Amino acid sequence: MNAILVQAMLGLNNGAFYAMLSLGLAVIFGLLNIVNFAHGAFYMLGAFVALIGLTQFGGWIGVPDLQVNFWWALLLAPLVVGLIGMLVERTMLRRLSGLDHLYGLLLTFGIALVLQGFFANFYNTAGTPYPGKPEILEGVTDLGFMMFPTYRLFALVFSLVVCFATWFMIERTKLGAILRAGTENPKLVEAFGVNVPLLVTLTYGFGVGLAALAGVLAAPIYSVSPLMGADMIIVVFAVVVIGGMGSIMGSIVTGLSLGMIEGITKVVYAPASSTVVFLIMAVVLLMRPAGLFGRE
Amino acid sequence: MLEHYADEILRVADLHAFYGESHILHGVDFTVNRGEVITLLGRNGSGRTTTLKAILGLVTARTGRISLNGRSVIDMPTHKIAHLGVGYCPEERGIFASLSVEENLLLPPVVRSDGMSVDEIYQMFPNLKERRKSQGSKLSGGEQQMLAIARILRTGAHLLLLDEITEGLAPVIVETLGRVIRELKERGYTIVLVEQNFHFVAPLADRHYVIEHGRVAVMVDKEDLEENRDEIDRYLSV
Repeated sequence: MNAILVQAMLGLNNGAFYAMLSLGLAVIFGLLNIVNFAHGAFYMLGAFVALIGLTQFGGWIGVPDLQVNFWWALLLAPLVVGLIGMLVERTMLRRLSGLDHLYGLLLTFGIALVLQGFFANFYNTAGTPYPGKPEILEGVTDLGFMMFPTYRLFALVFSLVVCFATWFMIERTKLGAILRAGTENPKLVEAFGVNVPLLVTLTYGFGVGLAALAGVLAAPIYSVSPLMGADMIIVVFAVVVIGGMGSIMGSIVTGLSLGMIEGITKVVYAPASSTVVFLIMAVVLLMRPAGLFGRE
Repeated sequence: MLEHYADEILRVADLHAFYGESHILHGVDFTVNRGEVITLLGRNGSGRTTTLKAILGLVTARTGRISLNGRSVIDMPTHKIAHLGVGYCPEERGIFASLSVEENLLLPPVVRSDGMSVDEIYQMFPNLKERRKSQGSKLSGGEQQMLAIARILRTGAHLLLLDEITEGLAPVIVETLGRVIRELKERGYTIVLVEQNFHFVAPLADRHYVIEHGRVAVMVDKEDLEENRDEIDRYLSV
């Protein structure tokens, strides 16, 4: 029983990463109409910004003592990656607006391969450990019903807070209303005087910034590898297919529950743990092609 | 150069517009003075809706001259044009289904300070107040049309471009809309109505432009309406 609980909690932690990534994908798809295949690469980039900031950046600029610690990385990596994302949107993705999904998918897939190849050139594809886990998050915490790694607990709570803050912003604020309206009819929103091109750029930056944040949170748990995004994005796309593109809350709930199911499967029948998500995806596609929370 | 008169709010001259490869407008000319209600009449596909869209830059390409309050907007991006005080109500009404009535109402940014307050708007459209928590998708056609007009009154836009507001609505609602247009005119709004329903606009408008094949075929003043009635009917008959 305890083993199931532990794995369910660990799975929930992974699920929170899935949720953060699929949230960004859903927001980007909504407004830009682009299936952002580069999302995994931005997740990886987030982890690398944290790693490089901690171990190399100081040396590069001739201040070897400068170390961007974990807390600063949590703030800076999403900003840096978000800015890179906005640059990508302005210079490349924008040119594809109005074209078939396929072009956006191909371009972002290409961007993912370029980023991945670039880092694979300089870093071990087997992964580099991130040595900067804060001391305060070392060890385990007694949750009453089980002992749980403190860092994992932090990552879980932090991701959940970010997810629900994002939900709140989109569903309950004026800015969110503009974003939702832009998703439905960008031309009309622009005719009302909203700078939609700017909104699109910021949305893409925000979406990939979320992915980078998940990358930073994942860095101390998994080792930082050029391939970490490619592994992740496949599962996240399955999550998006299962949840459906339509709903923000749907992305969060689906991400969390699939992470948990994956974790539990590790105990019940370990060999199936990496395929169970795809099994569920196949079933959902047969029963509800628009996804559990999707609008037809 | 464009001549600019103090009371002239919109001047369109030799306006050509394109959707993709299709050349839709072939040199539209008309002017609207402050406080006027004018109509763009014509058959389906004559280019009336495209004229409104071209003013806002919602077409693939446009050439010619458009001046709003004396400022040329032909090269201006869409979102900036709205800030010159233009409110747009599209033919399909454009109510956002995932937003509540109130969110729809509050969505368009305020472009000038002298717009109507939300209370005034609810007074004008009491139905919307009752339904303010409903999803946009749950409204009846008439309520959607009211909301589509209401939400551009809050922004302070003084030039309203209204596309086929009576289309598909029951006579009693069309009557209400007529009262609304009259009240807006009294409040000093300038209104461009694209219409099929000549009986609706005949008593409301100061001037009528009949659009045919992407250009203005004839312009008729309110005073000359009776003697030109046959000609207008001929243009509008299918």
